[in-house]
Order: sequence, then C-alpha cells, then structure tokens
Amino acid sequence: MAGIISCAAYVPIYRLSRAEIAGAWGAAPGPGERAVANHDEDSITMAVAAALNCLAGFSKEDLDGVYFASTTSPYCEKQAAAVVAGALGLGKNIRTADFAGTLRAGTTALRAALDAVAAGSARHVLVVCADSRLGYPRGGNETAFGDGAAALLIGKAGAALTVEGAWSVSEEFYDSWRPDGERFIRTAEDRFAREAGYTRVLPEAVKAAMQEYGLPARDIAKAAFYGPDPKQHSLAAKKIGLEKTQVQDPLLNDIGNTGCALPLMILAAALEDAGAGDRLLLSAYGDGCDVFILRATDQIDRIRSQRGIKYYLRNKKSIGYMKHLLWKGLLPTEPPARPPQQMVSTPALWRDREWGLALRGVRCRNCGAVQFPRQRVCVWCIAGDRFDPYDFTGRTGKIVSFSHDNLAAAVDPPTTICAVDFPEGGRIMCDMTDRDPEEVKTGLPVEMTFRKIHTVGGIHNYYWKCRPCRE
Amino acid sequence: MGSIKDRVAIIGMGCARFGERWESSAEDLIIEAVSEAYADAGIEQKDIQAAWVGTAGSGRTGQCLAEPLKLYYTPITRVENACATGSDAFRNACYAVAAGIYDLVLVVGFEKLKDSGFSGLELKNPYGTNRTQTLTAPSGFALLATSYFARYGLTQEEGKLMLAKISAKSHKNGALNPKAHFQSEVPLGTILKAPMVAWPLGLYDCCGVSDGAAAAIVCRSDMARSFREDPIYVKALQICVGNKSGFLRNDYNFTHVEETYRAGTAAYREAEVTNPRTEISLAEVHDCFSITEAVTMEDLQFSPRGRVKEDVDAGFFDLAGELPVNPDGGLKCFGHPIGASGLRMLYEVYKQLQGKAGLRQIKNPRLGLTHNLGGHPAGPTISVIIAGNQGP
Repeated sequence: MAGIISCAAYVPIYRLSRAEIAGAWGAAPGPGERAVANHDEDSITMAVAAALNCLAGFSKEDLDGVYFASTTSPYCEKQAAAVVAGALGLGKNIRTADFAGTLRAGTTALRAALDAVAAGSARHVLVVCADSRLGYPRGGNETAFGDGAAALLIGKAGAALTVEGAWSVSEEFYDSWRPDGERFIRTAEDRFAREAGYTRVLPEAVKAAMQEYGLPARDIAKAAFYGPDPKQHSLAAKKIGLEKTQVQDPLLNDIGNTGCALPLMILAAALEDAGAGDRLLLSAYGDGCDVFILRATDQIDRIRSQRGIKYYLRNKKSIGYMKHLLWKGLLPTEPPARPPQQMVSTPALWRDREWGLALRGVRCRNCGAVQFPRQRVCVWCIAGDRFDPYDFTGRTGKIVSFSHDNLAAAVDPPTTICAVDFPEGGRIMCDMTDRDPEEVKTGLPVEMTFRKIHTVGGIHNYYWKCRPCRE
Repeated sequence: MGSIKDRVAIIGMGCARFGERWESSAEDLIIEAVSEAYADAGIEQKDIQAAWVGTAGSGRTGQCLAEPLKLYYTPITRVENACATGSDAFRNACYAVAAGIYDLVLVVGFEKLKDSGFSGLELKNPYGTNRTQTLTAPSGFALLATSYFARYGLTQEEGKLMLAKISAKSHKNGALNPKAHFQSEVPLGTILKAPMVAWPLGLYDCCGVSDGAAAAIVCRSDMARSFREDPIYVKALQICVGNKSGFLRNDYNFTHVEETYRAGTAAYREAEVTNPRTEISLAEVHDCFSITEAVTMEDLQFSPRGRVKEDVDAGFFDLAGELPVNPDGGLKCFGHPIGASGLRMLYEVYKQLQGKAGLRQIKNPRLGLTHNLGGHPAGPTISVIIAGNQGP
C-alpha cells in the first residue's frame, strides 16, 4: 500500500505584518503577518528547499519520480520538475511532471504519486508543491496571500502515513482564477465565492468521503484542509462536524494563504505533533475538492524533526511594505549606472549543471582534497582527471571573509559576497541571502540554499547562495 | 634562468594627463603620451623598429597603435594581462631588445574607459553561466580588509583609520601632480565619513575610473648614453600569475597576496636587492583600493607581516618618509586606465630617478619599484619592475 514516507515544508524567512500593509494604505489593520518570498526566491527555489527538508535522512538515489505542483511556475513552457530534479542531482532515468492551474494542484500530484506507487509503476515519488501568488496591491488578496512550499516523499515501505481513503470531486467554478498573460489573481464577489463555492463544496466533499470510508468525525485526530480565510475555514470545520481541537491551525494568520501548497503545509504542521495511530484528514479546494484519509504509523517519530512549520515560525525577519513591492517586481526603480546584464550561455548552463544546479564538486582520488566547482586538474596535487563527485548540499560551512557591495547592480543592494569553508573540505565563493548585513561576521555558520541569481533574456538563472544557520 | 639587470635602458617617456578626458579619444591620448616620449628621447618615429601596446579592452591587435601613429609595416604586439598589461608590454619589449633583435622600441599603454557611460569597471566575463558570486572589484578586494582586520585584531575604527591615512597620503601627493586626475588633498575626516562602496571600503578607499596613456622608449644599455646623459636602467622584470587557487583552497585566508610576495622576491633577486625596506628608494604600487596598498607593503617585504599599521602611523611611506609609496598620487589620484597604469607608474619612477619630479622630488633616489595587481587577490596576475639610475 502506498503511503507518505516523509513530509516537510518551507516558509520564506521574511514576514510582512498586515498592520504594515494597512498602514501603507491608511486602512484598518488586520491581524498577524504573511510570508514574503525574497527577491531571489520563486516557486521552484521554494520547492527545492522543501524537497531538501523532506529528503533529510532519506536517500535521493531511491527516487524515480519528481512531481512539481504550482499555480505560479516561473515558466509556462519549461518543466519545473526537471529543474527541481536537476537541483537535487537526480539521474535522468526518472519521471518528471508538472501539475498546474488549480489550488488542488498539490493534492492532485499527491494522488497521482500514490496511484503510481500503488500500481507498481514507480517505487518512490517526490511531490513538491509551492506557490507565490500575487494579489493586486491594496486588495484583500495581497493581505491574505503568503508564499510557501511543501514536499512529500511517497513510497511503500517505511510509510509514516498510510492512505486509508481518497476522494475527489470536480467542480467548474469561478471564485479565484488567473488567465494566461496576467499576473494578478482575479476574484469573484465575496458572497458568491463563499456561499456557492468553498463553504458548500469542501464540507460536502469531505462528508461524502467520510461516509464512503465509514469515518465518524470524532475519529479524526486532526484535519488539515485549505481555507481562503480564517472565518470561512472555521465555518467549514463546523459544517464537517469537527471540534476546535480537531482542526489544525490553517496558518492563514501567521503565514498566509499559500495557494496550492497550503493544505500540504498544514499537514506538515499537523505531523509535528501527531502520534502513531492518529487519523488525519487532508483536503484541498479549488475547481472541486480532494480528500485524503491518512493514518499515522509508528514511523511518524522518524520524521518529526524534519523542518516543518515550527522551525519557520521560530525564525523570521520583518520587512516593510515597500520591500514587498520591490521584491515582487511591482515597483519600477531607477536602474543603476551599470552595464546591462550579460546574456547567459545556454550551452554553458547545460554543460555546468552538475555543479551549477546540483552543487556537486569533486574529491581528488589522488590526495583526497575536496574542491568546488568540478575541476580537471586538482588544485592541491595537480593530478589530472582523478576525481569522484562530492555533494555540498546539506553541509554547513563557516564564513571566512565577506563584504557588502553597494556598487553591484542588484534588486535590493547591498549584495553580500562570501568565502565559505566547509569543515569536511572545500571552499565555495558565493553570495549570502536572508540576512541583515549587521549580523554577518567571520566564523558565522551558514548553510547552502538554492536561489535565483537573476533573470536575463527570459532565463531564470538558478544557483546556490549561503544563508546564516538558524535555530 | 637569466637576468635582465642592466641589459636595457629607458631613454624617453611620456604620460598623458589622466582623468575623465571626455574631449579626447584613445587616439588623442596615445599621441599625447607618445609625442612627449619622442621629444624626451630626442628621436623621430622613423627610428622605432618595433612596438608593444598594452590595452585591456580599448583596442585590438597592434593596429590600435599603428593606426593613430601612422606606423607603417612595423612589428607590433598587443599585450593584455589585466592590470599588469602596461608593465607586461614593457617587459616583453625589454626582452626583445635584450635579445638583440631590435635596437630601439616603443612601448605604449592606454585605456579609454569613460566612453562606457557607466560608473565603475565593466567586468566582462567570457560567455558562461554567470553562476558565481556577484563580482565587482570593490567587494572582491574588500574581502582582504574584512579578513585583515579580523586576523590582526584591528577594530573597525582602527582598520578604517589606517586605510584613511593611506588614501589621505596619496591625495596629498596627487595635489602636487599636474598629470593627475584628482589634484586636491582630502582630509581624514572626509574619508572616514564617506559612504560605503563595498563594506568596509568607502568611497575614498577606492580608486576612480579614468582615461589615460603613457609611453616609453627602450634601447640596449650600451647604446643608452648616445641618447641622453641620464638613462634609467631596468634592474628587474617579474610577472607572477596566480590560478585563483584562493577561491578553491581553504589555506588562503585573504590577508595577503602570495603572488606579490613571490614576484617581489624574484625581482629583488634579479636586481640584487637584499633589504627592500632600506634599498628601495620609492615604490609605485597598485592601490586600486587602500587595503591593497596596505597588504602590498607586507607582501613586498617593506613592512613586517601584520604590522603595516605601525609604518602607516609613523609616516614611513609619506613623501617625506623613509620609503615614499605612490609619490605621484597613485591609482588613488590617477584612476586606473588599465593598460596605462603600469607605464604611468614607471613614468614617475623614471622622473624621480632623473631628479625631474618637481615638487614631489625625493632626495637621492637610486632604485624605484613598480607593482601591479590584476584580477582578484585570491589568485591574481602580478608584475614587479625595478629600475635604477646607476648604470653597469
């Protein structure tokens, strides 16, 4: 029987309070805060971060599929799942697929992964799901939305959650949508979207699933399900017949509505406190509804320390409204008097994918020295072509030296550049992200993170940066 | 390996006025420098048998020199070695003369940077992935400052003050130099309060971007005195090219430049200098950033490791000090037209050794040193040249 072996989430470190947003417009402040992706993040980078969190302690070599789900893939034509697979350094004999176009994309991908594993056509599939949707400035969506990602590892043996039931309904409906070529979500009238949409469809589908599988509401330990706002979410919970204690916090107050990633991120939060034997309900809404009935096994303890939601609620930095507009590309700013960005070479991007996308260096077989990026001649012993591949992802390094550069053309100067040394060997020169300049010191422990360097000629150029280790 | 010591001599030099020469093209700058060199040497263009032209990006092939000067059918090599371009052009010319292939040759270094329309240097990478740390010159060299302060226990304030004294010293020298881009003193307070360019380097820790050109006429030593009474003899020509190993190896700690140390050691051996701190009369070093000059003092063995601050505080490198460094104002006051800088440095050494440095004249100089650093401290290209006014 197919199940969920591991589950993790990713939330950008930066948070924008709803009071800040309201203050910018002279409006009444709302509660809580929303997560805002840094200018060097997008749905692909967040998906990679969630994937690495999910795979911590598990082998990448066993993967034979990556499914990527988002309504905000950076490309309309170019497979995001292939980029994620490249960043994870997976071989080419895997199946990759993108799921898009609906807030149910994450659970649709989950269903497909479970089906593939159950049918025996795949052994392990990684489902990654991320969204960074845009609401119009000064609108309700801007305030309600958040950016984030989740990842699940699907397989048979060692499942931490077994799937006791799955149920899907399709419903053609306009409550929120985005046509091709537009950047902002459009929403229908509130009352219509609420009454005829979410608060009708989701409870109806969940109750149908519960009936189908003979599951009384009282047997549900925690329900993790999508909600467009806290009020509608509570109403849906009541309609399903759940007590407050059975409802997993939908993260809307602290992180925001993270689109198709939301239900999976809520699930990741639920798993941090779940015990073996617990029954969990998972549901996503959008153009219909997906429902899953899950049962935690005794393997649940093994994945409790994956980076779920608690880690990201502990570690956060506040930004103001202007930064949010700047990072989302909503504010044209004066370009610096610097040369235009040079086009990247597509052959070089392909040829260098091992170190560029997968952060793979080499270890010299002659003298044992680790170096990055790949070399033909060892920089220590001058031996030629005697190397084994060496993964740098997941390793912690220390800052040897750094500078904050105000001159470099950047979305949000200064740019921090560093030399990072790794205790097991090797040095990487890179930019640092997710930091205040004041907190950077020599000796600071850092980890590597997958980010977007820039976009030039329509190419989102991905590479790795370092970021300070957090508690 | 052989030695260049006393085998060739410089018998004429010229230097354009460096600066934002909006009204001058590369051709204008070349002619300004070369005319002065011909007049200084007392020769005509038809006497030139071969030429070497150094430019990092303002011209291609030897044609970039032949075209403005109307040199016909002349062997001309274009040289590029980053910031050591001008010095390496000079080095190659000297070897050809020492080999006896040519008797009289011309060396020119030039760069026209201010047509770009941008601030700062345009660092063009060959087609690649751009998967790299963000690369500008100031932040690359700022890594030296961050590490130097940390390693030798300088507080931010102490470190910044040391760097400010270096820049202030150079500005004071440049104020005495009609060829410099910047010709006014800058007080310490102004330097310390200036905005950050790449932490911890501020505006006055960074040299400017300028246009410029300089030229030299070289012949064999045994012919030198037929041109003038005071030829300047080449004592050492050294290049040391790094391989960016500091980016890959964690035994490089960003507090010194090994290639400078090795080029300096080789130059001292070639010139038969045993105590650089006392025997070198003046030095023109690559102060692209104030921290570069500080670290170079240690790498060239003028100051003991980790202790350049003591010499800076004591005024050891001031114009009136024991070992004047950048007496013409340095890159700080001339900017860095890449191909020209090495020859502009040599021009100051040449004039000082001949007693013709005017208000900047050092007493009784015997040996002058030039130093260039191209690329990044973690594996740069270095040149060290030593010249003297005592012949064989």
